[in-house]
Amino acid sequence: MTELLVGTKKGLFALEGSPGEPFAVTARAFAGEPVEYAMRDPRSGRVIASVTSPFYGPKLFYAEDPAGEWEQADGIALPEGGEAALERIWVIVAGEAEGLLYAGGDPGVLFESRDGGAGWELNRGLWEHPTRNKWQPGGGGLCLHTICTWPGEPDRLAVAISAAGVWLTDDGGATWRRGNEGLVPRYLPEDMPPDEVGLCVHRLHRAPTRPERMFMQFHGGVYRSDDAGESWTDIAAGLPSDFGFPLVLDPSDPDSAYVIPLVADMDRVTPEGRVRVYETRDAGASWTARGKGLPQEHAYLTVLREAFDRAGEDEGFELYFGATSGDVFGSGDAGASWSTSATRLPPVYSVSAQR
Amino acid sequence: MPTVRLRGPLKSRAGDLPDHEVAGGTVGELLRELERVHPAVAGWILDERGSLRRHINVFVNGERVGEDTAVGGDDRVEVLPAISGGGA
Repeated sequence: MTELLVGTKKGLFALEGSPGEPFAVTARAFAGEPVEYAMRDPRSGRVIASVTSPFYGPKLFYAEDPAGEWEQADGIALPEGGEAALERIWVIVAGEAEGLLYAGGDPGVLFESRDGGAGWELNRGLWEHPTRNKWQPGGGGLCLHTICTWPGEPDRLAVAISAAGVWLTDDGGATWRRGNEGLVPRYLPEDMPPDEVGLCVHRLHRAPTRPERMFMQFHGGVYRSDDAGESWTDIAAGLPSDFGFPLVLDPSDPDSAYVIPLVADMDRVTPEGRVRVYETRDAGASWTARGKGLPQEHAYLTVLREAFDRAGEDEGFELYFGATSGDVFGSGDAGASWSTSATRLPPVYSVSAQR
Repeated sequence: MPTVRLRGPLKSRAGDLPDHEVAGGTVGELLRELERVHPAVAGWILDERGSLRRHINVFVNGERVGEDTAVGGDDRVEVLPAISGGGA
């Protein structure tokens, strides 16, 4: 049985089921509120959800059971009395130390929890970074939306901010340096200065069995890094478009990546009205369309950056993605074939899967 | 003292009571005192800057006001979500 936590414009939906059949809705929480993201910490079993009430502001809540009682987490706020307020928490990720979790948000901020998600602290190294005054928000805000841990090394992290690029730390977040070499933003002049930080990264993932290997969906470009995010090589040739948001890897294969291309930044829907996931097994040298079972006619879907996830690690692992149409699709054979897992949900912001 | 009236989730977070007699000379002072007495309300009406959240409205005796508005005596202060924050 697989659990999907689906963050939507109108609440959190917990679904249970198996690939190839419709999932059952087992809980709806935060009815009417935008739920940006929710995850179940595989170590503790605790569910943590990011809720952005337009009235009462961004909050994190946690529960042992999504159908049960939720507690508000402490510490999810910027320093009091400053000039900025927290806008949104985009993502929550389990860290590499016991009880360690990270949350990324707008305006380009990273929070850390060392007690399994009940209490949080702002990462000061990134908050006080001397380049911060040059950071510019993307269309979704100044969002820190991606946090890549390094297996077995809690002090090494890569984070991505739209539109302030990739930031790397080797000292647990005390200091941060850029990881943008090789990225080519088509929306900036060709003679941009080398220290330009206005780079709109959409998603990153690290290959767990070869942590120096990373993949990136950029705002116009798909890239690979073989030096832990220091520099990047364009691997978009063979895709119908190099624009998109989400990205997933096969954790057992460092040469693998899955993307869901959209037409372009000015037309953020699936190309040709066909919904297709693209898979590489040779580190981006070639891409294969995976559309069997997905809508292939007049289907103009938008899949957001947190709305694509996998469950399991063995051969034939499961993949799931949701669209702003309210549809959720699943595959039980690593993307070879797909079926509809849920439909007619509110616009889907995020999907996290576990089995 | 002025009375602050809360509804919905704000009421739930303030001991599930709608009316709260709170000391303070301005709307902002009242709301900060309310947060001190009911810490679960902190961050729900005022943000980290100490500013009223964008889609929260405060009314004193039926008139919409700001954080600096003076209050006293028998004033009735209502905190309500604004229709501007709603969406389809």
